[in-house]
This record gives sequence, C-alpha cells and structure tokens, in this order.
Amino acid sequence: MDINSIIFWSLSTIAFICAIYTVIAKNPIFSAISLLVCFACIAGHYLLLNAQFLFIVHIIVYAGAIMVLFLTTLMLMNLNEESEKNKPAIAQIAALVVAVGLGLVLTLMVRKANLIVTLGPIPAGVGSIESLGKVLLDEYFYPFEFISVLLLSAMVGVVLLIKKDKPAELK
Amino acid sequence: MTLLNIFADSHVSINHYIGVSAMLFTIGVFGVLFRRNAITIFMCIELMLNSVNLLLVAFSTYHHDNSGQVFVFFIMAVAAAEVAVGLAILVTIFRNLHTIDIDELKNLKN
Repeated sequence: MDINSIIFWSLSTIAFICAIYTVIAKNPIFSAISLLVCFACIAGHYLLLNAQFLFIVHIIVYAGAIMVLFLTTLMLMNLNEESEKNKPAIAQIAALVVAVGLGLVLTLMVRKANLIVTLGPIPAGVGSIESLGKVLLDEYFYPFEFISVLLLSAMVGVVLLIKKDKPAELK
Repeated sequence: MTLLNIFADSHVSINHYIGVSAMLFTIGVFGVLFRRNAITIFMCIELMLNSVNLLLVAFSTYHHDNSGQVFVFFIMAVAAAEVAVGLAILVTIFRNLHTIDIDELKNLKN
C-alpha cells in the first residue's frame, strides 16, 4: 500500500464519517461544522489529484463564503435548540430504501463500465493555474463573462428578497 | 510543476474515485429525503454538488484534460449564487412563518 492510497483512504473515511454526521446530527450547527470538515477532505482530494487552482478556489468559496453564510443564517434563525421533529417512520424507511437502492445502482453501474484504471505521470500543466486560466479565457470566455452576470443578478436578487416591505404610508 | 508526481504510479484508480463520489452523493440524497430542517437539506444539496465536482476533477486529471476543471469552476460559481438566493428565501420564510420545517410548508396542498 503506497502513500497515495493511504492518504486517499484516510481522506475518504473522514469525508464519509463527516457526511453521515451532517445528515444525522440534531443540532444544525454541528451539521455545518462537520460539513466543513467534509469539504476540507474533498479539498485534500483535489490536492491529491494535482488540481491546485481548484483546491484554492474550493477552500475560498466553500470554507470562506458558503459555510460562513450557512452559519450566519443559522444564528439569525436561532435554530440551535434541538427542536426538530422526526419524519414519520414510513418516510424514514422510504428514504433509507431509496438511498441504498441508488448506491447499489451507482456502484453496480461502475463495475460494468470499462474505464481507464491507472494514473500515468501527470503532464506539467494539468490543473495548474496558468493552463487553467488559458483554457478558461480561450475556450470558455463567454460562459465566464455570463457567470459574472449571474453572480451580479443573484446579489441584486438576494438584496431584494431579504428587504423588508416598507410600511404602507411610505409607499 | 506538478505537485505530486512522486506519487504518479499509484494504486488509486478512477473506480475508487467513482465509488467515493457515489457514496457521498448517496449520503446527500439520503439527507434530503430524511431531514425536515430546510437548512440541513441545503447542506445535503451542497454535499451532492461537491461529490459531482470531485468526480469531474478525477476524470479531468485521469484524462489529462483541463476542461473538466473549468466546468467545476463554473459549478462552484453557480453553487455560490444558489446558496445565497436559497438562504435569502429561507430567511424570508422564517420571518413570515417562524419555522423552516418543510413538512409545515404545505400551503399549496389544500
């Protein structure tokens, strides 16, 4: 067992445990924290796959922006008491059956597929910031610009959604 | 330039990454179906998005093609916008109804 496999399996195990704890934790704050650890493990996978640019972007976007947004919303709602009721038993069993079925279908599908098995030496440039920037701004220039429009409209939409209605006499 | 070329002839195949991604995706689906708290459901959706991202990066690296990683970059941008809008909607729902339990939000049913 080489060092790469050891890192891979330990990262995957931590990611599994944290993902399961995200689902079953009663307190949403604990869910958010364990999801953060799971994202950190996925970032480790990116580093293992030599995707340096995505490693940095993943840390910034998920740990820096999205999880902070989640935690701020949780604190706004003051949901940290353990008050959530469970779903009815029939719905829980149905969820379990659906999840196990989906997992079985996905893994059996992979067993049948004929895939490349080993990773040869990675050529210099795959996943580096320089080559990814070239691809991004050569081949995917227009999607890249439209993403900025999307983010701007999302920002305006959020401000409009979250704004309280004015009292009637001010309108 | 490549950071981890010393590990190049590893025994981790693409099938392992597919298995890990499938497991994470399944856990996310289970969470969406199992929980009643809308914020936890959002977190499970993020988990599903991340498992797909991981698989895209794995295929991109194994095929030595950068396009997959550009797609992951776009998915991350869309996910950030989606989370911002979704959480704003949740805050608005909570302000009006004082709950985010999805089993309480069934006004359209009758």
